[in-house]
Amino acid sequence: MHERELVIVGAGPAGMAAAIAAHEEGVKDILLLERDQYLGGILNQCIHTGFGIEYFKEVLTGPEYAERFIHNLLGLQGIEVSLKSFVVHLAKNKTLTYLRPGELETVKARALIMATGCREKTREMVHIAGTRPAGIFSAGLAQKLINIEGLLPGKEVVIVGSGDIGLIMARRFILEGAQVKGIIEIQKQSRGLTRNVVQCVEDFDIPMYCRHKIARIHGRDRVEGVDVVAVDEGLNEIPNTGFRIGCDTVLMSVGLIPENELVEMAGVALDKKTNSPVSDTLNTTSIPGIFVCGNAFKVYDVVDSVTRDSAACGRLAAAYLKGSNG
Amino acid sequence: MRPYDVVIIGAGVVGAAIGRELSRYKLTVAILEKSEEVGFGVSKSNSGIIHPGTQNPTGSLKGRLCVEGNRLMRTLARELGLDFKEVGELIVAFDEEETFRLNELKKQAEALGVPRLQIVDKKWLEEHEPNLSREALAALYAPTAASISPYRLVFDLCENAIQNGLELFTESPVQGIVKTRDGFDVQTPRGVFRSRFLVNAAGLYADQIARMVGVTDVTITPRKGEEFILDKKREHMANHLLFPLPSKISKGILVIKTSDGNPMIGPTAQDISDKEDLSTSDDGLKKVLEGAQRMIPSVSADDIIAYFAGLRPVAGEDFIIRHENAVAGCVTAAGIQSPGLTAAPAIARMVVRILKDHGLALKKKFFFRAHQTELRHLFSIPFSVTRRLIKKDPSCGDIVCRCEMVSAKEVREAIERGAKTLDGIKFRTRAQAGRCHGSFCTTRVMKILAEGRKIPLTQVTKRGKGSQIVAGDRRDA
Ligand SMILES: Cc1cc2nc3c(=O)[nH]c(=O)nc-3n(C[C@H](O)[C@H](O)[C@H](O)COP(=O)(O)OP(=O)(O)OC[C@H]3O[C@@H](n4cnc5c(N)ncnc54)[C@H](O)[C@@H]3O)c2cc1C
Repeated sequence: MHERELVIVGAGPAGMAAAIAAHEEGVKDILLLERDQYLGGILNQCIHTGFGIEYFKEVLTGPEYAERFIHNLLGLQGIEVSLKSFVVHLAKNKTLTYLRPGELETVKARALIMATGCREKTREMVHIAGTRPAGIFSAGLAQKLINIEGLLPGKEVVIVGSGDIGLIMARRFILEGAQVKGIIEIQKQSRGLTRNVVQCVEDFDIPMYCRHKIARIHGRDRVEGVDVVAVDEGLNEIPNTGFRIGCDTVLMSVGLIPENELVEMAGVALDKKTNSPVSDTLNTTSIPGIFVCGNAFKVYDVVDSVTRDSAACGRLAAAYLKGSNG
Repeated sequence: MRPYDVVIIGAGVVGAAIGRELSRYKLTVAILEKSEEVGFGVSKSNSGIIHPGTQNPTGSLKGRLCVEGNRLMRTLARELGLDFKEVGELIVAFDEEETFRLNELKKQAEALGVPRLQIVDKKWLEEHEPNLSREALAALYAPTAASISPYRLVFDLCENAIQNGLELFTESPVQGIVKTRDGFDVQTPRGVFRSRFLVNAAGLYADQIARMVGVTDVTITPRKGEEFILDKKREHMANHLLFPLPSKISKGILVIKTSDGNPMIGPTAQDISDKEDLSTSDDGLKKVLEGAQRMIPSVSADDIIAYFAGLRPVAGEDFIIRHENAVAGCVTAAGIQSPGLTAAPAIARMVVRILKDHGLALKKKFFFRAHQTELRHLFSIPFSVTRRLIKKDPSCGDIVCRCEMVSAKEVREAIERGAKTLDGIKFRTRAQAGRCHGSFCTTRVMKILAEGRKIPLTQVTKRGKGSQIVAGDRRDA
């Protein structure tokens, strides 16, 4: 088994920023593992604009934002990028087992940064009753189907939750010629950025039902409709306020959960509610030398802050390596 | 066309087990199934428990077949390469009266022939089941209870029967049956299937099929059971299958160890009228959570990653397995409610015996291939073996489903072995069955399926006709 100074898992904006920052601090033996076949992570499917406003003072699309870091990163000596590399096991002593085409590799890291991002909450996690037909998607999956695969998930869409991906997907569906029949938000107001509410919802006259929730999903083979009901301050259903919206698609945009199953496997303590590492300081975990950054550490609103905080994580790991060397 | 010796209607666990049993003999046998895949009826949505035979009235047919089925399932699972986990069950008593009833249950079960029963006390429970509620006083321990993957059982029974000569026709709903002088003409959209003998194993629709041959005394009432699947992180919260004391209509809310590792809680029991109503409810969730927390107080709604409802086909208290004397050659297997999964191999034997008694000649085939290769999951084996497999075939290490770590190789193999839908792939491989619910892997699985079946992506379905995943291609719009 070989040993590496710093191993970073995940080459989205967080992993790339951390790698570049650690390199700047003098770490010259970095292995960056990414399970996909390209760098950039989720940015690749975010073809809308709105990235980089803080960091570059420019308005970029997701892939454009990623490209700036990819370009920078690939020019650096001392960072080895390994694509199609899927980490399947992490031990407490920072030994990683990963798959890459034709191989099962093991590598021991002196310091480790996990930048594995988030997954979306599902319909099941918010326990919506009813049937389980085709036509229920997470907003991110719908985005991938449209933007990457060129497929239209459905024609009459109801969106559950008003997170940013949901709002952006509402506009996307309309531009694809589909109908968005409503956005159902249980809170008093949208949880998305104001600019997304204006540009994606209000400009297209999409009905937004705040303080409402989906009580039931109908349809045997494919979604046929949803029951919507108003809720009070305590989020309890208000009797006799229910109504049905006919639709063939339900899009779930009810929040993100940090993906930390690997560090959990190594014994890092996670918060049971948020799935983030339990920690007082940014990017650290209960195991010295294992760091977590980006959306895996906490869910961020914009990528610019991910870049900023993940760069800090790269420097933190560099300092840790210096300290343990010295 | 030469008539079949036997046509079986329905490819649930019962029809599949009968088909496999008949495939031992020199006979022509066909199974007609209305769904796109086998096992998509009642047999895919249940608790997957191989019951020991407790909780059945002495003298009941289902009790006797359950005990026999539990015994037969061991050989069957070994032959088919299925994961059979003998985890044992505890029927837990929470007060003096319940503790007293345990003795009664034990006697009843022993009369049915359930082996190795034992009443265990609080101290035993604290040692062997540390997360169990402190309120538990004693339990009836049945070590022969086990869990199995119910859908894989059906897939493998069918696959093995087909290897031994059985013919399977999916998307072939039986629409009418004509009794002829020496057999039956069974009508489907694929045409007429002629047969000397007929077996009705149509699950929830066994009453419909019975009426087609003029049998009117079978009525199936669906009894709904809602179940909730928990994150694999909770795999070790219980060491046994945990049962409360049974009521008149059900075994109560259980904490279930499944063969795939994810614990499950449920099922509810509610008589309904609509045989297609597979919806779950807020009320069901509440009841199941309360019931499960009574056993394991630390279970929480946050642990839930999936849920479903199944319908038990109830026709009175017991199974109905008989030759229809008014319709010579027709055998009914109806009302196969719980423990039907367990009993299936015993039901199969019984049905074959009835067929024989009514004139079906049984001659053993010289070559009967009982064994079949197991679908091996990359991470249920040690890393050293995984490494060797990947070196030999890189597609073993090409991970499609990241939550359950399912490879492209496994998905392709599932398709080669009969999966035609996304659910078919999920049930066989667990791809899309993990905590992200397919958010990450659905597109990749769709592509492999489209490629394997040579269909466009727009034709890929979740579980058959009408359940297309997407509405269309953007470029066509
Ligand atoms: C919630 C729940 C939990 C359960 N838990 C357990 C358990 O833990 N252990 C246990 O032993 N048992 C359990 N059971 C019971 C078990 O699932 C059933 O007894 C068993 O699956 C019944 O199998 P089947 O083959 O009779 O029915 P099915 O699986 O429904 O098979 C019947 C088949 O017939 C087909 N069909 C119907 N009509 C036609 C037609 N006209 N033409 C062609 N085909 C047709 C259907 O599509 C279907 O595939 C449970 C049941 C439920 C609902």
